[in-house]
Amino acid sequence: MDRFKRTPISEQDPKERAKNFKEVCLGYTKEEAMREASRCLNCKKPGCVPNCPVAINIPKFISYVKEGDFESAAKVIAESSSLPAVCGRVCPQETQCEKNCVLGIKGEAIAIGKLERFVADWSREHDINTSKPLPYNGKKVAVIGSGPSGLSCAGDLAKLGYKVKIFEALHEPGGVLVYGIPEFRLPKDTVVKHEIDNLRKLGVDIETDVIIGKTITIDELLNGGGYDAVFVGSGAGLPKFMNIPGENSNGVFSANEILTRNNLMKAFRPEYATPIKIGKKVAVVGGGNVAMDAARTALRLGGEAHIVYRRSLEELPARTEEVHHAKEEGVIFDLLTNPVEIIADEKGWVKGMKCIRMKLGEPDESGRRKPVEIKGSEFLMDVDTVIMALGTSPNPLIPSTTKGLETNKRNCIIAQEDTGLTTKDKVYAGGDAVTGSATVILAMAAGRKAAAAIHERLSKEK
Amino acid sequence: MFKIAEKKLLAPDIYLMKVEAPRIAKTAKPGQFVIVITDERGERIPLTICDYDSKTGLVAIVVQAVGSSTKEMVKLNEGDSLRDFVGPLGNPSELANMDIEALKKEKIMFVAGGVGAAPVYPQLKYLHGLGIDADVIVGSKSKNYMILEDEMRAVSGNFYPATDDGSYGFKGLVTNLLEDLIKNKGKKYDRVVTIGPMIMMKFVCKLTKKYGIKTIVSLNSIMVDGTGMCGACRVTVGGKTRFTCVEGPEFDGHLVDFDEAMRRQTIYKSEEAVKLHRQNDPQEKGCFCKIDLGGVK
Ligand SMILES: Cc1cc2nc3c(=O)[nH]c(=O)nc-3n(C[C@H](O)[C@H](O)[C@H](O)COP(=O)(O)OP(=O)(O)OC[C@H]3O[C@@H](n4cnc5c(N)ncnc54)[C@H](O)[C@@H]3O)c2cc1C
Ligand code: FES
Repeated sequence: MDRFKRTPISEQDPKERAKNFKEVCLGYTKEEAMREASRCLNCKKPGCVPNCPVAINIPKFISYVKEGDFESAAKVIAESSSLPAVCGRVCPQETQCEKNCVLGIKGEAIAIGKLERFVADWSREHDINTSKPLPYNGKKVAVIGSGPSGLSCAGDLAKLGYKVKIFEALHEPGGVLVYGIPEFRLPKDTVVKHEIDNLRKLGVDIETDVIIGKTITIDELLNGGGYDAVFVGSGAGLPKFMNIPGENSNGVFSANEILTRNNLMKAFRPEYATPIKIGKKVAVVGGGNVAMDAARTALRLGGEAHIVYRRSLEELPARTEEVHHAKEEGVIFDLLTNPVEIIADEKGWVKGMKCIRMKLGEPDESGRRKPVEIKGSEFLMDVDTVIMALGTSPNPLIPSTTKGLETNKRNCIIAQEDTGLTTKDKVYAGGDAVTGSATVILAMAAGRKAAAAIHERLSKEK
Repeated sequence: MFKIAEKKLLAPDIYLMKVEAPRIAKTAKPGQFVIVITDERGERIPLTICDYDSKTGLVAIVVQAVGSSTKEMVKLNEGDSLRDFVGPLGNPSELANMDIEALKKEKIMFVAGGVGAAPVYPQLKYLHGLGIDADVIVGSKSKNYMILEDEMRAVSGNFYPATDDGSYGFKGLVTNLLEDLIKNKGKKYDRVVTIGPMIMMKFVCKLTKKYGIKTIVSLNSIMVDGTGMCGACRVTVGGKTRFTCVEGPEFDGHLVDFDEAMRRQTIYKSEEAVKLHRQNDPQEKGCFCKIDLGGVK
């Protein structure tokens, strides 16, 4: 065995998968996982653990995998993470745990994400129960939003004996895991549904179709609603547009709209009523995970998909694996390109997008080289659909209807980093609602920290 | 699940449904709407709230079975349940937030078209509760399409029906009637609120602009989530992009780009035609592939 080479993982053939919504990566078999785990050097001072936002004891779980004791491996992960099957699939491992793996210096880092996923899938398939709730302690907590932050906050509190109710605005729980990240990266019926079923088994009650701030307010939950504390995990769901001419033409969508229609509403299945419209040539503007997901969705719905991004390949913020998969599937990358106007035909439908070429200048505040326009380089891209994937910001709905809940300039709820406590008594917050769009693992970590802080506080009250 | 407590046929293909939704019944205000999903495979349909009662916990909606999804919805009967019923969404009507004394000084005219009468009713009722009886013009195809007439008459000042075929009241368009009242009958209005088909609102606004009457419209844009997450509902108002679901549904009618708004309503027309076709001819199920229809306009 070559210690510096990763055990290959099977994937659906790119030509085949470009036409379906089934999961791309098929996961390791038992033998493959054990083989990959045996590459781990079990470092005394591991580079991986400090780079994991929730500090999973990675060498320990990997050594159990090496021995074939997957149940113990699952328990190690469960100490630090409540959504391993999700994180194993969607975490940006290459910039986190796998980044400082010593094997990466000479060869390829251990496939930590893939092993995490294997362990989580194995324990789901073998119905391994990693936790038991304590008896009811007489206290009630309301959780707003059922994305990763809300789910993990609810799970931890339920285990500690709290009666927890999640209020979700949409008609299905899961947040971005359900409406945003597509089926081909994160299967809904197996992986996501399992996480939600687990919560229900812990006694967590989930009420969908409740928009906090509209249907009922936080103040009503706390005063008269019978809740002792509230956690706000409402995410960052508001799409940004570019504000360029022609942006309201027919055929211009936000990535959120396309993804919601396709993932949450299942528009790709003919038996579902929600329509979706993807033309023959689709430009997706942006370079993050959302852009990759939108482009690969457009491709699967029959369009020729282009990523239009104003910086270069190195600056793409998307996970490396997604970029790689997108390329394999035939997504075309138009880099150092920025739209300036969307051109519509006489009936108002998109018939092209005027773009300008960019070059990289001096580094900006983010440390990345700033894209600058090349004068006179405008050209017309022949497209009939444009999808804007420029990032999202938190919804002002909750702060604007909750007295005393303060936000910063970017509409993010202000919360203490270690506890999630907001500027309002008994109200905690975490995840994208606090940070702006970030990652599943950070949202999960924030939900767990807040759960600990809520427990710390409520267990003192009698 | 949200149980349908009552279902009533108001006019051909137009139903009133009272739905058990106590949380919404308690917080709803005139001008707001709900999003309804009929069943597991249904789409999210925005419908304006027609009436609500916090005591009974019932919220009334009016559904016109025009599209494939609304046709599915009206198949449900009393005792059946809607899968989802979310709200109240959007901002309450401007009237509901105005100072009552200021409101009492205004002469208000409502202009409703077709099922637009449904969202007009709770506003009339609200004003009536404050001792203000606004005038109302209701336009419909013909007499048997005129809905909620008795209910509206009970809470309004002058009630002016208009029908396309002249089978009831004024023969002709609501705009002709409105102009007639202003120009020939000496009626003066400080404010017009118009709700109905986009094209009707467009022409009402054109007319009121001529007479310098402030006009509020309530837009029925295409929506998905109804909470500001997708931007499907965007419209241009006063040169700026606004999201109907969270910044509306009411806007200053004189600032709305109606041509764009009407165009945006047709985005899924071809997909809808296919679905209606399938619904009418179930034998053909499966012969269309949504994916291939992408380019059809
Ligand atoms: C398309 C896409 C792809 C992504 N890919 C990745 C990836 O590969 N890796 C990664 O780590 N991260 C990824 N992310 C980011 C990641 O999904 C988010 O950071 C994470 O989901 C945030 O979790 P959250 O719990 O804060 O919020 P969310 O997951 O956004 O959940 C918030 C929930 O709150 C609900 N809600 C909002 N307002 C209210 C209200 N007023 N009342 C009741 N409920 C409300 C919402 O409906 C939603 O269900 C992606 C995001 C998107 C959109
Ligand atoms: S309906 Fe989605 S933003 Fe308005």
